[in-house]
Amino acid sequence: MTVWTANEDQLALFDTIADEYIAEHPEVKSITFDPLPFEDYTTTLTTQIAGGKAPDLAWILENAAPDFVSSGALADIEETLEGTEGYEFDDLNDAATALWVKDDKLIAYPFSTSPFVVFANDDLLAEAGLPSSAEIKASGWDWEAVAEAGATVNAKTGKAGFVIRDFDYTTWDNLASVWMGWGAKPWSEDGATCEFDSTEMADAFEFLHTAAFEQKSMPGPGTTADFFAGEAAFTVTQISRASLLAEGGYTWNLLPLPEGPEGEYSMVGQAGIGVMKQGKNAEVAAQFLAFFSNPENSERLAQWFPPARDSQLNSDTLAAANPVLSAEQIEDVVVPGIATGVTRPSHTDSAEIGQTVRAALDAIWTADADIPAVLADVCTAIDPLLEK
Amino acid sequence: MQSGRASALPDGTPKRRRLTLQQRDAVTGYLFIAPQVLGILAFVIVPLALVVYFSFHEWNVLAGTFTFVGAENFERFLTDKNIAPVMQSTAVFSISLVIANITLALLLAVLLNRTMRGVTFFRTLFFSPVVVSLVAWTIVWGFLFQDNGGINGMLQVIGIEGPNWLREGPTAMASVVIVQVFKNVGLNMVLFLAALQGVPQELQEAARVDGANPRTVFRYITIPMISPTILLTFIITIVGSLQVFAQIAVLTQGGPGISTTVLIYYLFQQAFLFGQFGYGSVLSLVLFIIVLILTIVQWQLRKKWVFYEN
Repeated sequence: MTVWTANEDQLALFDTIADEYIAEHPEVKSITFDPLPFEDYTTTLTTQIAGGKAPDLAWILENAAPDFVSSGALADIEETLEGTEGYEFDDLNDAATALWVKDDKLIAYPFSTSPFVVFANDDLLAEAGLPSSAEIKASGWDWEAVAEAGATVNAKTGKAGFVIRDFDYTTWDNLASVWMGWGAKPWSEDGATCEFDSTEMADAFEFLHTAAFEQKSMPGPGTTADFFAGEAAFTVTQISRASLLAEGGYTWNLLPLPEGPEGEYSMVGQAGIGVMKQGKNAEVAAQFLAFFSNPENSERLAQWFPPARDSQLNSDTLAAANPVLSAEQIEDVVVPGIATGVTRPSHTDSAEIGQTVRAALDAIWTADADIPAVLADVCTAIDPLLEK
Repeated sequence: MQSGRASALPDGTPKRRRLTLQQRDAVTGYLFIAPQVLGILAFVIVPLALVVYFSFHEWNVLAGTFTFVGAENFERFLTDKNIAPVMQSTAVFSISLVIANITLALLLAVLLNRTMRGVTFFRTLFFSPVVVSLVAWTIVWGFLFQDNGGINGMLQVIGIEGPNWLREGPTAMASVVIVQVFKNVGLNMVLFLAALQGVPQELQEAARVDGANPRTVFRYITIPMISPTILLTFIITIVGSLQVFAQIAVLTQGGPGISTTVLIYYLFQQAFLFGQFGYGSVLSLVLFIIVLILTIVQWQLRKKWVFYEN
């Protein structure tokens, strides 16, 4: 099975679960987990498949989900999961499984449903003479407040205000965690029409552009700042990044995504596990997946990978699994984030569309950019790809 | 009754036919070149044939389908609006890189081809990037080129507002060229040093006795004598410039826009990122033809300017 984590603790737990399965099924000789680098994960996986070395099971990133789901690369697992004693198939959350369904059949298991949240560095806010993040939230938690506080932090300390983690002016789909607050979408629900040129999207990019070039509340292009190294006051990222918080480093807080002009919203990042049809042991792989994702193992894995089971989406399960987070943080931020979160935009031919948008959007990241014109150019560039 | 030579020993066992000396020499020769021939067959000829085969097909890796599409991928190449800017970027990158690399390497070789204190240290200094990990080297340069990085920091000290190197078209291309030049200039420098040390002293002395100044000696004695090495460095630097991939992938990912997307990076995107192996194969054939033509042209031009003592 290919995975993108190289975390030793996570791999150790995978191995433990695999060993337990082998003990019950002596006909299975071995189960190995092959970590692939996250940045090139999908490319490496497809290259393996092209070379005739398809894994039996594979983690799949949400942006690649439409390609894997629609192409027929994945085997139908619904029958195997439903037919496994004690699996409790109906416990799987509808919102979490939506991305992984084809012809009303589940063809990949939503292994991790991780909400996007805001981490705040209260020490840095105090250094800039600002109230704590909890106090800022109490007086109105919206993007304007974040940008304002971020600008003050940058002016007073030289550190960054807010950072959209992993965006780096290239991975533009991470900006969905911002533009959703403006009610913007990159394309229509059916994926056929570009909506980058909408007023909502222009307003969202206007906000980001002002933050980067005028307010200086967000690091500009070509400048990096790592929140977890204490270089920024706020960061927007997935809850699973909590593992990067250094013990005794600084006082931090966890908050939901700020409100946008459209009000409250939440977003989740997802990973699925699919059984590759081109793998050599598809049937056995589906049976192992049923064991790997059963209620007991799902609960064990919840310390890193928020589960897709309704019965486990509660503060008791998640608090037991996440000692770094308080019960209050889990109740207020994590649970509602998973329950109501929308996945990032995805589309078939995601790599080509992603690259085309990236190239066209580069023009927006200059001080004197004509934002509506650039967004119109983005649509011109991707329209032929959306129509495919 | 049969006539003719006996082809069997007295006990009836057939006589083994012995190879002639010439045949044995031939077998030995073939055995010597066998590893090289097998290598070229396995890693050049077969892949090349496969690429030609793939270029007439569309391969959907995920669906596991492999469909014959005729000349569709070649037609796409002719109508692809990205090809013109990609070819332009490739030409700008290669020409800049070759001129900068060869000039700097020759200059350094001339400066370090003398006996003085510290010359070994400087030779080692300029050669060391060649053996450094390419990705590590590029990542470090990436930090230096950041808007708030080391290079702009140094420029600020002398009162200059540096550009956002990797985010603006012209400076992004210049950055990739600079990173590549400093990475590999040491290799050409060493080749030139070896060539310079092979130039007969008596020729240079004779020219000086005849009244030639150092510039004239360099132009009419040194350059012709090292011209075979200049040809070699030109060929390997031009071919190398068309294969620069990791630096672009790490520093700019082909951006901003597609201003640093050279042919090999575009090929990688199409084949491995977008999964369009058929079109990627066409692009790799184009790259192969470009390299072949450039090498043949240089090989033919050598007759005009390369000086061989024999």
